[in-house]
Amino acid sequence: MDPDLALLLNGVVSGLLLGGLYAAAAAGLSISFGMLDVVNIAHPAFMVLGALIVALLWAATGLDPLLLSILLAPAFWALGAGLYVIYHHFFERRGDEAIQGLAFFFGVMFIVEVGLVLAVGPEQHFVDAAYAATTWRLGEIDVPLRMLVPATVALAAIGALALFLRHSFTGRAIAAVAQDRDALRLLAIDPIRIKRLAFGISLAFAGLAGGALVVVQPVDAWSGHVFIGRVFAIVIMGGLSSLGGCVLAALAFGVVENVTASFFGPSWSPAVAFGCLLLVLAVRPQGLFGRMA
Amino acid sequence: MEGLSRRGLGHAALAAAITVPAMAKAQTAASGPPIRIGYSMSLSGGLAGNGRPALLAHRIWAEDVNAKGGLLGRPVQLVHYDDQSTGAQVPGIYTKLIDVDKVDLVISGYATAIIAPAMPVVMQRQMAFVSLFGTGVNADFKYDRYFSINPAGSQVKETFAKGFFDIAMAMDPKPRSIALVNLDSDFHQRTAESARFLAKEHKLRVVYDRAYPPSTVDFSPIIRSVQAARPDIVFVGSYPPDTAGMLRAASELRANFALFGGPMIGPHITAQKLQLGPILNNLVVWDVYAPEPTLQFPGTQALIERYQPLAAKENTDALGHYVPPLAYAQMQVLEQAVKRVGRIDQAALAADMHANSFDTVIGPLRFDALGEWAEERNLYTQYQGIQGNGIEQFRKAGTQVILYPPRYKSGDLRTPYTAGA
Repeated sequence: MDPDLALLLNGVVSGLLLGGLYAAAAAGLSISFGMLDVVNIAHPAFMVLGALIVALLWAATGLDPLLLSILLAPAFWALGAGLYVIYHHFFERRGDEAIQGLAFFFGVMFIVEVGLVLAVGPEQHFVDAAYAATTWRLGEIDVPLRMLVPATVALAAIGALALFLRHSFTGRAIAAVAQDRDALRLLAIDPIRIKRLAFGISLAFAGLAGGALVVVQPVDAWSGHVFIGRVFAIVIMGGLSSLGGCVLAALAFGVVENVTASFFGPSWSPAVAFGCLLLVLAVRPQGLFGRMA
Repeated sequence: MEGLSRRGLGHAALAAAITVPAMAKAQTAASGPPIRIGYSMSLSGGLAGNGRPALLAHRIWAEDVNAKGGLLGRPVQLVHYDDQSTGAQVPGIYTKLIDVDKVDLVISGYATAIIAPAMPVVMQRQMAFVSLFGTGVNADFKYDRYFSINPAGSQVKETFAKGFFDIAMAMDPKPRSIALVNLDSDFHQRTAESARFLAKEHKLRVVYDRAYPPSTVDFSPIIRSVQAARPDIVFVGSYPPDTAGMLRAASELRANFALFGGPMIGPHITAQKLQLGPILNNLVVWDVYAPEPTLQFPGTQALIERYQPLAAKENTDALGHYVPPLAYAQMQVLEQAVKRVGRIDQAALAADMHANSFDTVIGPLRFDALGEWAEERNLYTQYQGIQGNGIEQFRKAGTQVILYPPRYKSGDLRTPYTAGA
């Protein structure tokens, strides 16, 4: 195979796998930011919280980290539901959710990070999944399971969430609350309860993304910082309340980053990826799959 | 901060009540107001992984000095604030230390990014300043009371990568091409500049020369592009999270280079040694210390033996081979200068540090006009024979052999680097 073609194909494949990780990180935010209009800037910090809890549990039990992150999902759901109750009581109910709400989640982010340092120290934590050292060779294309397995689990979880949102009564109520919260009351549905449930799901996905992250790379309390810009960009690029758009945008982000790094150097990757975001917004201000207001 | 809070004073009073009767019997008991040494230290944030071991080494030094009767007969007290690994916090911290806390002496926290922001405040107050792991900080300030505890020396461009190139050019066959990869950071820009300079000196063809941003998540495109460029040797400058990503990617992509390494900061931290295990085999890494018999000085082993149980208790870097010896030496330089001068006089302390050499746990030191080490001591080491991920092998000689400089050499180069394959 032509070396440049092999480089391109490997760039695309590794970009798709990286995009799977980005999709895991962005899916929860797509619910909270895209559907509930809650600017949860602490979302990546909760992802890191999940990653570090998984690392500790892995060290204690030796269970698969992705399995552990799935087992942790109910705890993260409860944490998210509790956090939403606080947010709603002090900010949303008073109509202060814009700047004050943003400041609240900034504060939550710092509390999570400092709490993690106090609890587990500032060092990096890691897991050694049984499959992490294996790489499949498909001709000249390398597919490391360290990237493939987390991406597959993440995409499967997002698929299950999409089915839930589309086919269950509660799921459709969550989709509806994104469009018209007052209309829900006419159907005798409490929008606050629905938003609490949805925010819990959002944080459960943060925990799941943490499990994926710690399989891919070592994690410390501040590892979430590099994801803040990316996950918001992906959710906006995908069209805010569209899970499918979020996944597509995440995969595109990964491919653009890795192909650019392969041919033009890694310094250009963020510039080109965020340049693509601007281009998409210039052509489709509502994002790839968003609806015009 | 330690030593100034109400609770801290209570603890100190209690400790004094318990220890004074015993101390009174000693001829060399420290007395009088303490000599207060102020500094910022990264106890949270990205640099905390090295900041906390540094602080632990400082505390061991303070205990040692106070147990021997203090400094000039007075106890020493450490006054430190957490800079959160943020340079913007540093000027305010040093202003408070000098103007409000009225400390007697100042030293730096860990790393160039924290040392440089302290310099204007320290220079304005004309304090002698012993820094820790700063690279080329004084090249622009040219402050005559600055002294650096970092083996890089003042000729970074000419000497930093010299060990790596000397090792490479002694290989048979000699390499003809090189790839350069570095993180886009101040330290790694300087090290890459050194590698570029020496590649030209040795007439090596540079087939890949790219920096990567700190936000990089996936390193496989970088390794794959380097492989496509087909270099004989690869010089990499990276920080811990990137080093792990880079070496994992090298392993997954079946990397095979005659020589691979450089200032890849990461395996210096115990957790990363354990995580990477055999992937480190044959990696050539810039370092400041390795537990080899050729690099033992009075006090080195004793310090590490005291550090390790405390580190386990405080949940910080378990082995303490990287920062603690240098952090302890930082305090020894200050201690020896104060003892020789016999008083706290910033000008006299600086003059003494320029004029004399120091015996430390990392060996004898002497400073040049810029306050850097008169004789650079960049170590290039190679991990060899690692099996599994156990910690005990890293405590023993022979696991991280020293290849350069020749006077500390403890083993021979093994090639190629295959990332654990």
